[in-house]
Amino acid sequence: MTSRLLTSILIATLSLSIAACGKKPETATGELVIKIGTVSPLTGPQSHLGKDNENGARLAVDELNARGVMVGGKKARIELLAEDDGADPKTATIVAQRLIDQKISGLIGHLNSGTSIPASKLYSDNGIVQISPSATAVKYTAQGFKTAYRVMTNDAQQGHVLGEYAAKIGKKIAVIDDRSAYGQGLADEVAKAAQAAGAEVVAREYTSDKSTDFTAILTAIKGKNPDVIFFGGMDPQAAPMVQQMKRLGVNAQFVGGDGAQTAEFLHLAGADGEGVIASNPGLPLASMPGGKAFEQKFTAKYGKIQNYSPYAYDAVMVMVGAMQRANSTDPKQYLTELAKTNQSGVTGLIQFDQKGDLSGGSVTLYQVKGGKWEPLETVKSSAQ
Amino acid sequence: MDIFLQQLINGLVLGSVYALVALGYTMVYGILELINFAHGEVTMIGAMVALTVISALVGANLGLPGIVIVTLGVLVAIPVCMLLGFTIERIAYRPLRHAPRLAPLITAIGVSILLQNLAMIIWGRQYVKFPPILSSANHAIGGATISDLQIFILLLSVAIMAALVILVQKTKLGRAMRATAQSPQVASLMGVNVNSVISLTFIIGAALAAVAGVMVAAYYGLAHYYMGFMLGLKAFTAAVLGGIGNLTGAMLGGLLLGVIESLGAGYIGDLTGGFMGSHYQDVFAFLVLILVLVLRPSGLLGEQVGERA
Repeated sequence: MTSRLLTSILIATLSLSIAACGKKPETATGELVIKIGTVSPLTGPQSHLGKDNENGARLAVDELNARGVMVGGKKARIELLAEDDGADPKTATIVAQRLIDQKISGLIGHLNSGTSIPASKLYSDNGIVQISPSATAVKYTAQGFKTAYRVMTNDAQQGHVLGEYAAKIGKKIAVIDDRSAYGQGLADEVAKAAQAAGAEVVAREYTSDKSTDFTAILTAIKGKNPDVIFFGGMDPQAAPMVQQMKRLGVNAQFVGGDGAQTAEFLHLAGADGEGVIASNPGLPLASMPGGKAFEQKFTAKYGKIQNYSPYAYDAVMVMVGAMQRANSTDPKQYLTELAKTNQSGVTGLIQFDQKGDLSGGSVTLYQVKGGKWEPLETVKSSAQ
Repeated sequence: MDIFLQQLINGLVLGSVYALVALGYTMVYGILELINFAHGEVTMIGAMVALTVISALVGANLGLPGIVIVTLGVLVAIPVCMLLGFTIERIAYRPLRHAPRLAPLITAIGVSILLQNLAMIIWGRQYVKFPPILSSANHAIGGATISDLQIFILLLSVAIMAALVILVQKTKLGRAMRATAQSPQVASLMGVNVNSVISLTFIIGAALAAVAGVMVAAYYGLAHYYMGFMLGLKAFTAAVLGGIGNLTGAMLGGLLLGVIESLGAGYIGDLTGGFMGSHYQDVFAFLVLILVLVLRPSGLLGEQVGERA
C-alpha cells in the first residue's frame, strides 16, 4: 500500500505544480470561462470505466462549446478539468480539494460510490454542486448535503429489482461483494430483497476490487449448492469470477449489477459469460431516447462505450442547463434551478427528488445471449 | 473433504506462481540486499508482451495449436523481460550500489511506478484478454477438480525451480553468484566479475518473472497493467516467509502462502460464524508477513546472506 500512497502523493504534487500555473476566469476577449471538474479512476483496474465517464463529459462540453453557450448574457466557454481518483476514497478527497481550490463551478463525478461519498462532504462544505453519473449507493444522497445529485437510479431501487428476480430463479442464493461502498451496498439490498421474496442466503462471501482469484470463495460456495450467485462489484472481477465458476464446476446462475453489465465484461468473459444476468439502472442504450445518436457521436470520437458515459454526458447537460436558467455559474445561484430540472437527456427524462436522487428511475435486466447483452425486461422500481 | 482438497489444489497452483516470482526477489536480495520492488512490474510486462504476441498469432489464424502459440509468446516475453531486468539494474540500481540502502529502495518503487505507467500508455487501460486457446479440460480427483492448465502450471513451476537450484548449486555461474552474495569484494579479488554476476542475477530473475506473468494471465484469463503490484507484494511476502535470500525458502514460502490464503479465505467465514469473512484473504498474506517479521525475522529457513557487517 505504501507504493499506492506514494503514487498519489507524487501525482498530487505534480498536478499541483501544473495547476499552479493558473488560469484567469475570464479571457482577454471578455468571454466567460466555466470550469467544470470531472473525477473518475483514470488509473488502476477500473480506469477503462473512468476514461469512459470522462469522455462522456468531454463530448457534452465539446458540443456545448461548439454550439455556443450564453450564461447571463455573456458568451461562455466551458473548460473541463479531469482528475484521477484511482477509485480510492483517500485520493478522492485530495483530488476534490484540488478542484475546489481551482474554483470549479460544478463537479461531474465521482464514478464510484466509495469515492463520491467522502468527496461529497468537501463539495458541500465549499458549496459546489456535484452530480454523479454513476454513484449508486443509497448513502450518497442520504447524508443531507444539498449539493449532492445523481442522474442514475440508486442501489435500493436496483437491489430491490435484482433481489426479487434472483428469488424467482432459485431459492438458495449466495451473495458476494467487493467490499466497496457500491458493491457492499448493492449486495446488502439484493440479499434483503431476496429474503423478503422467500429466498435463503446460503453464503455471504467477500473479495476486493483488485482481486482476480476467487477460487477460494467459489469453492466454499460450491459446498453450499446455491441456485444463484449474486456478485456486487465491477467487471474486472465479475469476468474472471464467471470463468472460475466454470472451471470449478459451480453450476449456479450468475447475476450481477451494473458494474458487471459492460462491454468489457463480454470481452473478458468470452464464451464463459454466456447466460449471465446483470442489471443496469435506466433503459438499454438502444431504447434511450437519445441512445442511437449518442452512440454514433461517441464511438466516432472515442470508440466503444463502456457503461456510464451517457450519464456523464447528461450530467454535464443538466448542470449547464441549470446555469443558463439561473443566468449564473455560481453554485449558490444555480442550485435552486438544478433542483427544478425537468430536462430530457440521452438517458431519459431527468427530474430530481428532494434528496437529489433521480425520480421515477427504472432498472433493466439483461442476459448474455450469443455474446451480446440482450434486454430481458425493464422494471419500474417501487423501492425508494 | 473434497472441498478441503479443492482449496488445497487452488492454493498450490496459486502458490507455485508466487514462488516463481518470489525467486526473483530472493535472488536479488541474496546478492545485493536490495528489495527490487519493480520485480512485480517485470512480471506484468512479461504477461503483456506474451499476450501481444499470442493475440497477434491468434488473429493471424495460422491454425497453430494453442500450446505452440503460447510457447511462442513466452519465448518472445522472456528475452524482452531479460533485457528489461538488465536495463533496470544498469540504469536504476548500479549507480546507487554504494548509496545508503534507502536510496535504491525508493528508486525501486520509482521504477515500479514508471513501468506501470509505461505499460498503461503502451497497452492502455483496458484489460487484455488471454484468448481461450489452452485446454481447460477438468480432471476429477477425490471429489475435487484440477484442470490441464493447473497441472501444467504446477509441473512447469517445479521444473523451473529445480533447474534454478541446479544452476546455483552446481554450475560455475552459480558458484560466482554464491561468492558474490557472501562478499562482493572478496569475490572480485578471486576473479569473479561482480557486475556481470549481478546483471545475470537480474536477467535470470526477469526470465522467471516472464514465465510467471504468462501463467497468471493464462490462469485468470486476463492481464492488466496493474496486475504486477499485488502479485509483487504477495511474492515479496512469500520470499520473506521462507527466509529472504534463500532459494528453497522462496519456493516453500510461495507454496505455503498460496495454501494459507486459499484455506484461510475458504474457511474463515464458517469458523468465525460470519464474524470475519473471505475479504480477509489478502489480510492473511500480510498477517503472515507481520508475524514472520516479529517472531522470526530471518524467515522459516533462515536468511542466506553474506556474513558481512
